[in-house]
Amino acid sequence: MKKSKIAIIDTGSANLHSVLKACKRVGTNVSITSNKKDLYKSDGIIFPGVGSSDAVMNYVEKNNLINTITTLMDKGHAFLNICLGMQVLFNSSEEGNKKGLGFIDGEVKKFQRDNKNINLKIPHMGWNTVNFKSTHTIFNGVPNKSNFYFVHSYYCKPKENKYFLGETNYGISFCSVSVKKNVIATQFHPEKSGDLGLEIYDNFTKKVSG
Amino acid sequence: MLSKRIIPCLDVDRGRVVKGVSFIDIQDAGDPAELANYYNCEGADELVFLDITASSEKRKTMIEVVEKVSSEVFIPLTVGGGVSSTKDMGNMLNAGADKVAINSAAITNPKLIQNCSKYFGSQCVVVAMDAKKTNTGWKVYSHGGKIETNKDALNWAKEAYNLGAGELLVTSIDQDGQQTGYDNELLKNISDSVEIPVIASGGAGKLEHFNDAFKYGKADAVLAASLFHFRKLRIIEVKEYLSSNGFIIRK
Repeated sequence: MKKSKIAIIDTGSANLHSVLKACKRVGTNVSITSNKKDLYKSDGIIFPGVGSSDAVMNYVEKNNLINTITTLMDKGHAFLNICLGMQVLFNSSEEGNKKGLGFIDGEVKKFQRDNKNINLKIPHMGWNTVNFKSTHTIFNGVPNKSNFYFVHSYYCKPKENKYFLGETNYGISFCSVSVKKNVIATQFHPEKSGDLGLEIYDNFTKKVSG
Repeated sequence: MLSKRIIPCLDVDRGRVVKGVSFIDIQDAGDPAELANYYNCEGADELVFLDITASSEKRKTMIEVVEKVSSEVFIPLTVGGGVSSTKDMGNMLNAGADKVAINSAAITNPKLIQNCSKYFGSQCVVVAMDAKKTNTGWKVYSHGGKIETNKDALNWAKEAYNLGAGELLVTSIDQDGQQTGYDNELLKNISDSVEIPVIASGGAGKLEHFNDAFKYGKADAVLAASLFHFRKLRIIEVKEYLSSNGFIIRK
């Protein structure tokens, strides 16, 4: 098995280095880049993001990467999108004014306190379980209803159920894992979710090395 | 459902963990990475490292500590102590911290909260406060609880929340080190007045105290230091106890 090359898209986000460290831990040949060629030459791409969705979109736009990213996604290139990296896959977000990539039909909404959830703390911060609606190689070795680490105030709402793979409950039930083509997106942070999180990076590396 | 979090706190001086960590199965009790690993295995949900180094020159070693710990332990890491600018915060985040706690600098310059949350996102801005009970409420103290400020703890909590803090770490000066329980009245009042998570700190001494911080103090997470370091209680025990009391806990 050849050693696969993983490119982490530089989104200017604070968690880039945590993602890099997790990849290195599972023995991946990995680098952070904002260069188109690196993305094309890679076997798999990780799209991380924390902060605000407009900031991430602005950063990627500034580096002229939007077309490259959507083209590669449409062509079936392997992606692992994390947190805001998941949210920007959708059409729009209540958080900002910028359009998302529109790769998955749906919107990104803010958690709300309401009559049923009068004490809901926002951000949704901490460990929560993911209920997998179906299996996927990226979650090999990860038991259903495992705990993962979340930090976010907005959640994704895909229009079509077929892209809704993992479900988490926080006041409401929301989509915490979405998959379309070869793009796997998690709202939680696998790089901060202990051994099970590292398992996901390991699986992603194995998957792209074919 | 979201779990209640149990967080051990480690004091770091010049790159070494200090203050009574004396486990038999730890080879080097002063090594932050080894202790981080140990607590990760014990089931800690997050880790807090507090830099108590007095001089800013020696503080650079904290960056190395964060680098090393975050390369080996893959759970959330909060770093605090002496952070006084967005640059300080950026350095910690780039080194691998997930959240950075600010305390005295935010009291002197509340705009720091706003700037940090704008640059890095509020999810990584933890405002830590040390509060002491008075006849009328609670007063905020700065510089490690040494200097009295004119701030009321509840008002300061609301202000920090409005300025963009993502989480509050609330330490009761009265309870800290007493091992007679958290100040649940303080915690409840703060938790009720903000929409962000609150970490309880100061006073844990036995299992019931954790139950009470969640039940009466309405905390989202509990922090403890010496209780875990001296192994008076183990995180596993605390988790089993809380779980049997009906709390949702990550096992």
